[in-house]
Amino acid sequence: MHISARHNKAWPRSRGWVAAIAAALAVSSIEAAADTTVRLLRVEISDAEKQYYDEIIAEYEAQNPDVNVEFQYIANEAYKTRLPTLLQSRQRPDIFYSWGGEGLRDQVEAGFVRDITEEMNDGWADLYPESAVGAFTLDGRVYGAPLYATVVGFWANAALTEQAGVDIDDVETWDDLKNAVVALREQGITPVAVGGRDGWPMHFYWGYLATRLAGGDGIEAAKTGANGGFAGEPFVQAGQLLQEFVDLNPFQPGFMSTTYERASAMFGDQEAAMHLMGDWDYIPHKERSESGEGVPDEDLRFIPFPTIADAAGNEHSFGGINGFAVTRDAPDEAVDFLRFLLNEENQRRAARAGIFVPVAYGSEEELDTPYARSVARMLDESSFHQVFLDQALGVSVGATVNDISGDLAQGAITPEQAAERVAEAWEFR
Amino acid sequence: MTTMTQAVVSRGGAAERFKRTIASGRLTAVLILLPPALTLFSLFVILPLIDASYYSGFSWNGYGSPSNFVGTENYQRLFDHSVFHTALRNTSMLIVVSLVLQMPLALGLALLVYRKTPTNTLFRLVFFLPFILAEVAAGLIWSFVFDGDYGVTASLLQRLGQDPVYVLADHQWAFPAIMTVIVWKYFGFHMMIYIAALQSVPKDLIEAAKLEGAKPGQVALFVQIPMIKHALVVSGFFAIIGSLQIFDVIIPMTNGGPSHSTHTIVTYLYTFGLSRLNIGFGSAAAVVLFVLAIGVALFYQRATAKESRA
Repeated sequence: MHISARHNKAWPRSRGWVAAIAAALAVSSIEAAADTTVRLLRVEISDAEKQYYDEIIAEYEAQNPDVNVEFQYIANEAYKTRLPTLLQSRQRPDIFYSWGGEGLRDQVEAGFVRDITEEMNDGWADLYPESAVGAFTLDGRVYGAPLYATVVGFWANAALTEQAGVDIDDVETWDDLKNAVVALREQGITPVAVGGRDGWPMHFYWGYLATRLAGGDGIEAAKTGANGGFAGEPFVQAGQLLQEFVDLNPFQPGFMSTTYERASAMFGDQEAAMHLMGDWDYIPHKERSESGEGVPDEDLRFIPFPTIADAAGNEHSFGGINGFAVTRDAPDEAVDFLRFLLNEENQRRAARAGIFVPVAYGSEEELDTPYARSVARMLDESSFHQVFLDQALGVSVGATVNDISGDLAQGAITPEQAAERVAEAWEFR
Repeated sequence: MTTMTQAVVSRGGAAERFKRTIASGRLTAVLILLPPALTLFSLFVILPLIDASYYSGFSWNGYGSPSNFVGTENYQRLFDHSVFHTALRNTSMLIVVSLVLQMPLALGLALLVYRKTPTNTLFRLVFFLPFILAEVAAGLIWSFVFDGDYGVTASLLQRLGQDPVYVLADHQWAFPAIMTVIVWKYFGFHMMIYIAALQSVPKDLIEAAKLEGAKPGQVALFVQIPMIKHALVVSGFFAIIGSLQIFDVIIPMTNGGPSHSTHTIVTYLYTFGLSRLNIGFGSAAAVVLFVLAIGVALFYQRATAKESRA
């Protein structure tokens, strides 16, 4: 509705080619013969997930003939840099994909995001665990709704670890992991693959270690500058543990020139015994492997990140909660569609199709693979789900966290310098 | 500008000159031809420049309008940032390598293949090919060449029984590798400039030198090179400005890594300004880049103009 209304307003006073172009641009929405168009912007995804959305759109449009829903996809990196411009332009989408956290706060503070607290309180929020809605809650107001959750853990190849005499299911503590790495090295097996060039895979180490040591609440406290902020003890210690780990030579040679995709393929080709990655890597690691099969299902394990003795965050998990936010001037239909998109039935459908691990209560019953179910269990048992630090702390600080993780792994900086740099970036953000 | 005023004064007043300009139809030409170019230039160069200088005074993430004025803080942070120092150093190294390695290489090859023969045409084509290739494609190709597991360098080292070297992950070697690629990519362009200039050197001069007993090397050194000085000056200018702008070869090769050791000013601006949404900070870097480019351009023009007069 808002598109055609704007168009009508513009028509009488516009002349010449400007109006002609505007008309040409608007034709598509008029042709659809729907009164309202809801436009959704999403980061580029797999064909399976696109098909899932197409089905939902068809269903929704059948129930609401006067609403036309359009999805648009932009590649990940481009999405992050283009979103600020898009939000301020007339091309603003009605619904956009969001990682929550500080990035969402920037958008909210600039006044681009619609407050959907009322709708959420009207029974919508009850569908999801509190932590999932919490990722989109700022100062008690809700600005988005969750689509799925991801969790980081070690993908492991039990056949390879067995060769080194390691029972991967018994690796529970950080020391267990270090012992496993030493044993694997002795057998000439690359213990862990990592995509160091991309930054964020290495941030999983520092970030998860910091989550274990400080706990999710410790990270929240650091944001306010308490206990030395991000330069405080647990963050320094995270760097120390990471460097001690790297000293064992756990990664493939030249790991800083390896991309995530390559590391994922290495794990799939059984060139490395483990890979610290999100649960989403199940299908990708198979597709990227030479055989297309990846690690055979009977050897494949997904184990939680090891615990650290006496650490505050051993019960906490680290990963993402991704969802959608609605823009300020979006029509009510946009909120209505979003509520439909994220309802229990559609969440269950995603679980059935194995596209992602949905967040709605009960949807885990539909999960098919043992990995997906173990992910759901990890999330269920976790008392605090820390969102990826490179997202939760905002774009700029997040990029700094990725930087220092790589620098630590290469021994280019000390743990103290690393923590100091994060603290500085947080102050300057 | 100064030469124009001198000319006006020497010819006896601006009024007369103005009259002559109108009479010759030059003013009409200016009035018709200037506005489109001037409009485009103002819209896409001057205005963004003013905008960028304005934004550089703010701490701004790109949302809404900038409101948090921080004065010169962005510039202070920029000049204190060790990665910015690295970027400056890398850019200067690129300029030096372009002038000292790339241009002589291009000149040498141009002297070898400037004559119009079928084999020379083939060689010219081969040497010019890298320049035709899209920058990003070239960067990607070379990132595979340097790959420590599958690259050409890897298989070479393997044959020699050496351990694999991960050139692009190595602090010491990553930037030299990038510079190699840049020389490889752009020498053909400079070579073409020289070839065009060499072909217009009067043949009788070369003949005369030869009759006097000059060897080919001496002909090149004392006849051909002095005669194509203008082409050298132009290509030097392109080399410097080009080095200041290097971006799209680096992104696919190292993305500025490892540990931000291979940034140029432009990739620095992109990484720390745009992709981290520090628009104010990025604008400050852009302003510095602009001042540097203008400074270098003016300095170069002065230096070469003086030389050609002397």
